[in-house]
Amino acid sequence: MTEASMIGLLVATVSFGALLYLAALGELIAEKAGILNLGVEGMMAMGAVSAFMAALEWGNPWLALLVGIVVGALTASVHGWFTVVMGAEQVVSGLSLTILGLGFAAYTGKNVVGRPPGAVLAPVDWGPLTDLPWAGPVLFGQAPLVYLAVLAGVAAWFVLTRTRIGLALRAAGESASTADVAGHSVVGLRFGAVAVGGGLAGASGAYLTLSLTPQWAEGMTAGRGWIAVALVIFGAWRPGRAAVGALLFGGLLALKTRLQTFGVDISPILLSMLPYVLTITVLIVISVRARNRPSPSPAALGTAYRREER
Amino acid sequence: MEEEVGESLATPAVELVDIWKRFPGVVANAGAHLRVRGGTVHAVLGENGAGKSTLVNVLSGVYRPDEGEVRLGGMPYRFRTPADALAAGIGMVHQEFRLVPSFTVAENVVLGAAKRVLRRGDLEERVGELGRRFGLATEPDRPVWQLSMGERQRVEILKALWRDARILILDEPTAVLTPAEAEELGEVLRHMADDGRSVIFISHKLHEVTGFCDEATVLRGGETVAASLPVAETDAATLAGLMVGATPLTNERPPSRTPGEVRLGVSGLRALGDRGLEAVGGVDLEVRSGEIVGIAGVAGNGQRELAQVVAGLRPATSGTVTLDGADMTGAPPRARFAAGLAYIPEDRLGVGLAPRLSVVENSVLRTYRGQRRGPFLSGSRMAAHCRDLVERFGVRTGPLGDPIAGLSGGNLQRLLVGRELSGRPSVVVAAQPTRGLDVQGVKAIQNLLVAERDAGTAVLLISEDLDELLTIADRLLVLHDGSIAGEFDPASAERHAIGEAMVGQAPETAP
Repeated sequence: MTEASMIGLLVATVSFGALLYLAALGELIAEKAGILNLGVEGMMAMGAVSAFMAALEWGNPWLALLVGIVVGALTASVHGWFTVVMGAEQVVSGLSLTILGLGFAAYTGKNVVGRPPGAVLAPVDWGPLTDLPWAGPVLFGQAPLVYLAVLAGVAAWFVLTRTRIGLALRAAGESASTADVAGHSVVGLRFGAVAVGGGLAGASGAYLTLSLTPQWAEGMTAGRGWIAVALVIFGAWRPGRAAVGALLFGGLLALKTRLQTFGVDISPILLSMLPYVLTITVLIVISVRARNRPSPSPAALGTAYRREER
Repeated sequence: MEEEVGESLATPAVELVDIWKRFPGVVANAGAHLRVRGGTVHAVLGENGAGKSTLVNVLSGVYRPDEGEVRLGGMPYRFRTPADALAAGIGMVHQEFRLVPSFTVAENVVLGAAKRVLRRGDLEERVGELGRRFGLATEPDRPVWQLSMGERQRVEILKALWRDARILILDEPTAVLTPAEAEELGEVLRHMADDGRSVIFISHKLHEVTGFCDEATVLRGGETVAASLPVAETDAATLAGLMVGATPLTNERPPSRTPGEVRLGVSGLRALGDRGLEAVGGVDLEVRSGEIVGIAGVAGNGQRELAQVVAGLRPATSGTVTLDGADMTGAPPRARFAAGLAYIPEDRLGVGLAPRLSVVENSVLRTYRGQRRGPFLSGSRMAAHCRDLVERFGVRTGPLGDPIAGLSGGNLQRLLVGRELSGRPSVVVAAQPTRGLDVQGVKAIQNLLVAERDAGTAVLLISEDLDELLTIADRLLVLHDGSIAGEFDPASAERHAIGEAMVGQAPETAP
């Protein structure tokens, strides 16, 4: 294994990690508010195709990113409408959103398949830092969305743990009636969390088509939305731990395509399974520990809230 | 105290006027009133289902009344959400605590009333200080799931004080407390009333009401039967009488039969309640063939748990339950059913019937094994069984394939009782079988139980309606604090004596 290929692996680890982290962070915020959104894959696809098409149309990558975020948030709002406002079953709605999002993205994007990108988000130039050995390319040669992911993670941690709105949002996810009686709007908090989560999933999709693999093809999200969902559990619903998990799972994604170059004779399919195996392991650890302390999963996750039910 | 009372007499701090609130199948409040003066601790008394919780939920903005008016300091208010009531200075400590177990004490206290950005240390400091001011010791940085029930309640009260609530409502606050904790709570409430706040204290434990409340309002059947009684001028037995209804007997007692052999035997039975405290504390009783044994008592004295243990829905910690002499203490509900036990649960729609299943499906929930053809359930047999029940027990229904959720309370209960009795039981345990029913419904269910007794069944009837027990029971046991506090002959017993046993005053020490 050469130094160059090792560096290449680390660069890809961080890139893939950021891709997963953005989507996982969005899911984490929605779940903290009590709404499980299994539509991450669909929202990513919608963000990816809309950002790609916006870049073709206007040639401005930042505008394209914004379009991806907004489209992701709008897609999530469908889920928000059904689950938060109407009180529909969250698993059913989320799965539908994945199927709908993937299908709709494939349909709208069928004329731009294989087209060269209209604009890309080029790696940020950090000046002399970029020239550092190892750290230069791995940490300072990344696309802007990698740094945005880091910022988003810190912001999410701060908002969730250190602000009034974060406290209210977590309360809505732990015990919606408590948040309601305390005078917070459960519907507003949950809908907002779902929409913000969709925006982050959209950003993750836009990152795919604007930087990572700047083109559009049907199914290019390739199950990464599901890894993001698993990542929330793996990270025990904490932005910090999810970041560690994102690097780990990102590393597995990066390794998968490089196994042959490294001359390792393991089926890449086994590597694809690893994130889920790790997540199940974490789930088991959580359940065992939950015997004498509450589970880290939001207590009201997956349940609808209606006030006058008795 | 006295002079403060004088000046606030003109405009009460809280007034609820002619409140009506209906839920599907139930009228929870039917013209209830409440007047609470500032600087007092005011008790709201009533049996389960009397409409106490609904009434205060109207005051705290959780429910919107169908009719009626809420006035604070003489001004009419209309609360659309709990937030509106909070903003008007009404703090509520719910029976089920509204706390987030994974949050710390401080986080729970400030939820909904925090500054935009939370600074850790500082937050805990201020919550701790508030607690010390009112004599509510807490550890602000502990997560709530580690706290005892008493400590959790202190957090709930702190929540209200954090928002500077002028009116504090506590919904059965002592149900989860040890006696020492309850006493401590009384002092805290006194302290708050002396501070000029109004405390509304919902309870059915009479000794607490006489212990630290100034006035009492009694509700029965959704109506106010006694408003703002000065507690100093009344006694527990009078209040108990008001709660259970002291109307003279109007019903003829059906003639008794001579009881036969013992069908249901309970000895030394102990069991824990939902919150892990002992709810049944050593009960001995037996029910013979051809008699109705009534269990009276103020709600929450172990009746519910006793019925559940006998039915096999709650484990006994010690003691035995026997059916026809066979030990059934550890047997599952199905084995007891097979041994001839029928159970009419207190919670009709929660435990007894499945609201979204059809009339037919509900009617065979117990006996579906008898409705098979080969390995499959037979639709025509189930329908025939259902039609038979509906006719025999006079259930008024729509199409039998429709969900039962549309049936009225009385018809639901007829269906449930019919289903349980159709298995030809030798023992019937009926928990609050007539609660919430209209007059005809009550009569019909009572007649069914009497007919069952006359056919030689042993009936254990748990009821909070003393009139009902005095009318149809052959023997009456009073349950207080989880154990039998007295046995009476319903034909000759004095209501007054029963009332005293219900509040735990032994007959010899009563005045």
